[in-house]
This record gives sequence, structure tokens and C-alpha cells, in this order.
Amino acid sequence: MTAAATAPRRPTLAVHKFASCDGCQLSLLDCEDELLDIAQAVEIAYFLEATRATAKGPYDIALVEGSITTAHDLKRIRAVRRQAKVLVTIGACATSGGIQALKSLADTDDYINAVYAHPRFISTLDTSTPIADHVPVDYELRGCPIDRGQLLHVLTALLHGRQPRLPNHSQCVECKRAGTVCVTVAAGTPCLGPVTQAGCGTLCPRVGRGCYGCFGPAETANTAALADHARLPVQDGGAGLDATATRHLFHGFNTNAPGFREEGLRHG
Amino acid sequence: MAFPHGTEAGGAGAAAGWIGPVVAWSTRLDESALDALIRALREDGREVIGPTVRDGAVVLAPITAPSDLPAGWRDIQDAGRYRLAPAPGETTRFTHAAPAQGWKRFVHPPEDRLWRAHRPAHGDLTLEDPPPPPPPRAFLGVRPCDLAALEILDRVLAGPDQPDPAYALRRRDALVVSVDCGTPAASCFCATMDTGPAARDGFDLALVELVAEDGRPVYLARAGSPAGADLLDRLPGTPANDADRETATSQRDRAVATQTRALPPGIRGVLAGAIDSRHWDEVAARCLACGNCTLCCPTCFCATVEDSTSLDGRTAERWRRWSSCFTEAFSYIHGGAVRGDRGNRYRQWITHKLSAWHDQFGGSGCVGCGRCITWCPVGIDITAEAATLDAEAHARAGAPTPGTAAIAATHP
Repeated sequence: MTAAATAPRRPTLAVHKFASCDGCQLSLLDCEDELLDIAQAVEIAYFLEATRATAKGPYDIALVEGSITTAHDLKRIRAVRRQAKVLVTIGACATSGGIQALKSLADTDDYINAVYAHPRFISTLDTSTPIADHVPVDYELRGCPIDRGQLLHVLTALLHGRQPRLPNHSQCVECKRAGTVCVTVAAGTPCLGPVTQAGCGTLCPRVGRGCYGCFGPAETANTAALADHARLPVQDGGAGLDATATRHLFHGFNTNAPGFREEGLRHG
Repeated sequence: MAFPHGTEAGGAGAAAGWIGPVVAWSTRLDESALDALIRALREDGREVIGPTVRDGAVVLAPITAPSDLPAGWRDIQDAGRYRLAPAPGETTRFTHAAPAQGWKRFVHPPEDRLWRAHRPAHGDLTLEDPPPPPPPRAFLGVRPCDLAALEILDRVLAGPDQPDPAYALRRRDALVVSVDCGTPAASCFCATMDTGPAARDGFDLALVELVAEDGRPVYLARAGSPAGADLLDRLPGTPANDADRETATSQRDRAVATQTRALPPGIRGVLAGAIDSRHWDEVAARCLACGNCTLCCPTCFCATVEDSTSLDGRTAERWRRWSSCFTEAFSYIHGGAVRGDRGNRYRQWITHKLSAWHDQFGGSGCVGCGRCITWCPVGIDITAEAATLDAEAHARAGAPTPGTAAIAATHP
């Protein structure tokens, strides 16, 4: 018996795209130093952004990017789920509906007419919804885009049969660990960090910008207290935001995420 | 090791000790001695950590020269608000209150690898030791509140029962140069916690910064250990005189008098009996459960342990990372989190800090640095919450409550 015949079969990996910008898939290709190790640890069986060569399912791990915005998507996500042993959604679109979920709060035809030269070619649902609204999801990776360290961590954990560690606490925990000076307290900058899930590596606060919530709501997020404080005048310790600015703060990349959606609407 | 908190809660009685004798400063140093001091510490192979200005705040970071210290800045701190205001022409370096984060990160780092194991394709599993600790450090400009915090961490992390070797090593190798605080912020309440604004012990070398008649800074010094005495011998100083000592004393007394915040004296007992208070729901409406108060607290030491593996499964690591009792994961046991809502978590934090800490570690866990007040993004004030709970307890008992303002007013 040859060595090849006794070698264990590598787990297969599939990457699927729905309504999205491809940035989260790119995070996988962005794992430059680790890409060869990944290719050795798994068989990349379906990943159209990397190669048009595909292998048939079922797949051991499916990474799903993007939100559900068409009737065709609705059918396809069910097929993807049937073909996947473990399904991991990646990014704000797949986990909450993404920035395109803004259309869920507006008239879809208005959007189509505003954007497309020939609206009659467009066939779309009135909503942009997360994958978990339609099929069971095993793990979610938040972010716009996802953090490649978290992606590697989840792949590694799945390969070795270990629970991935995906903290759901606030971004503030990450900022304080990094020694980043709080932009809200020290500069009055509006920041969603206290109600946003950690994981990005303090990308925005470490360059003096407020967190715009791309990782979506943290556990036990108190969006109302944060919003009310941000609307206080600057001299009273707030950020002096008006209703529109407050709504925009919450209705960004995770418009449709529970908590953010309602908080934005409260400042309608 | 002397635990700095003799009293139950800090409280009004504790402050009286500060209006006491003139401190026996031994040496007068002019401005140039700061350069000599940093130079001497570096010559000894130490990395010098001190206050410096970064991103709109005074932070603690490696420094190499007196010019790294925050001259020409004043910090304004109050509930949920921190600002640096320029003070043009001011040459003093230590006219700030508590820096944005305390010294905790230099002795109990936010992320620390505990071990790494490797299993080669052929051969035995090997266990690597943790990475070597950083070079010996000098902590320059430690505020008395932060001295007290280091002593509390010593008790927790380097006590005889379960010492943490990495902490003990970092602490042993750190030489501490304190600088008395002459400019507390509105958020400060060290005087009633009996931890400041002047250092009593816990330092190798103590300094106080005064302003000489020509407007330039001048320093009085005294040694607190043989290492500190040796260091002081290497600095160009002259004997301190009584006039200088009187100036330092008045500065200290002014720093006590400017403080308006305080914790109620009976807060330890009040919190122990407040488990079912309705006030926790009221706090929960305002609290973000973001964890900032715990992470910037110089004595909050809680950490979590996390494992990771390499892709090929041959290398595994265990890391310790700062955690917070405000996270869901902190109280997660099989089936769910014990403390699922924000009110429970705030209750846990304040009750441990100000009440159960006494039972566990023999003193309060609060040093009155005010960081949790300043760095709370929505300005929740531990002294105000404590006063409300105190008033509630007094109302239940049918007795009048002294209130925070009255407590603060009982010391000059």
C-alpha cells in the first residue's frame, strides 16, 4: 500500500458568494503567509474568486459571504446548506444583511430607479437578510470585512475539532488591552465601540476615529444609553449629534442587526 | 508588605492623616536632575516608563528623556470626559492627575503567553517556557494612588498563597520613582481613600515637584529603599531646607482640599446588604456593560485564558488576556451566564471592589484614582452610585444620610 493511499483525506473547503462586495473572501486570499499551510490543511474545492476549477460537494466546511436579496439566492442558499457539513457565515452582509439592508427600510423601487439605468432588468426582493434567517448557521464571523486572524482561528479550530473562540464582548475591551486612548472620552468623537462586538483589532479608534460598528452588536448592548449620551450637547459630555446623525451611526454596515436597526429607527 | 488601606472604606476619617507633619524630604534637585535621573536609570539597563502625551491624553509609555514628559499640558477630568488643555510656558512635568491607564499593564500585561507546546512529526512533545520577561524597568512619575494600586496588586498576584511568577518577576525588577500629586482632577478622591495625594511608602525614590521663584520646576526627594538611596546619591542635589518642605506641605494640603468626591464611609456594609436593591435596574439603564471601568481600574486584575493551535496542529499556545466582569463570558458556565444583565454585572463589580475585596484581600479594592469615572463613556460615577445606595440603606434604617458633599466637606 502506498503512502498516498493511507494519507487521510483532507477536509474540503467551499467559499460561496451572495450579495456582497467580495472583500471577505479576499481576506482568505489575504492570508498570504498562511495560504500554503491552508492549502495543505484543506482541499479548496470550490472558491470561484481564486480558481474556476471546482470539485463537487458535499463540502466539510462552507464559508458563505453575502446577504440574501433575490429569489434565486433563496433557493441557492438552501442548496449550499445541504452541501455543507459546517456552514460559517463571513462578514456583515452574511451575518446581518450588510449595508444593502438599508433598502429593507425604504421603498425598493425608489432605490432601483435611483441606481440602475434600466430598472426593468432588476429582479430583487424587498429585503436584504442574513443567511441565518433562511438556513441554520454553525458559526458567524462578523466584520466589514472580517478579520483574517479570526478566519484562520475558526478554520484551525474546525480542523482540529475544537470550539472556536469568538468573543462577543465590546470593542472597548480590545481598545483597552491595546492601550488605545478612548476617542469618545478624550476627544468627544461619537463611537459605537461600547455596543459593538470586538474582533477588528481596534482599526478605527487606534487612528483616532470612532468605531462605526462593522462587527455588529455586542452581547447585552445598551444602544439606547449610548445614543442618548451621544445626543447630549458637547458641553454636557455628549457628542452633540442630531437625530439624523444618530440614525446614520446605527444604520450603516449592520443596519439590519437586531439592536442597531431599532436604535436607528428610534432617531427616525 | 504594608497594606495601605487601614480604614474600612476610605471615608472621611482617613483623610485627617494627611494634614499631618511635614514630610522629611532630604534633597533638593533642580530641573537638570531629571535628565540625570533618567540617564542613571538607563545606564543601569532599565527601560524607563513614564507619563507622556499621546492621542490627546497623558499615557504611560517608554521614555528616554525629560522632554518626553508632559510639560505644557493640563488634564481636565470629570465624569465621562478627559481633555488636555495647553498650558503655554508651563515647564512643570507632573501637573496632571491619573494617566489614562495605570501601571497594571506593565506588571500584569493585557496579553501574556503562558506556554507553548510543540509536537514534531517525529519525536516527543516539548513544552516551551514562557518568553523571557522584559528588561528591568523603572516606573517614573507613579502617583500615590497608583502606588497603592501596585501594593494591592502585590497582595492579589504575588501573595504567599498563589503567587503569579511572571507578575512577581516584573514587580521585583521594577524600580519605583513616585511623584506626589499637586494637581488632582475633579474625578479624584485619593484623599478620602487614604492613598494620596502624597506618597507614604511603596516607592524606591519619592519626588515632589514644586515651582521655584523663577517659575522653573524644582524637586524635593527622599529615598524609600537602599536602591532608591543609591540612585539619589548619583543625582546632583543639595540638602532640602525647611522652606521647601513647607511649600511641599502646603501643596499637598491644597491637593487634599480641592477634592470634592468621596465614598460613603460605611459603603462596605451598605453594598453587602444591597443585593436586592432596585437601584441596580436604574444603573442598568445607563450602563453600557462595555467594561471600560474595569479595564482602566488600576487594581482590577481579572483575566481569561485562551488556547490556540497552529493550522498543522503541531503547535499549541495558551494565552492569558485581560477580562472584565462586565462581559457575558465572564460568568458563563454550562447552560448560560450567571450574570446575564447589566445591573447584575455592575452590582458584581462595585460590590467586589468596595465590599467583598475587604473580606478577600483585607482592604478596599479602590484607590480613588477616579479613572472609572473619567473613562466611562457615559460618565457613570462610582461615588455617586455609592452615595445613592448609601442613602437608600439609611432610608431603610430610618436614619439620615450624610451624602457625598457632606462627606467631602468633613476634611479640609
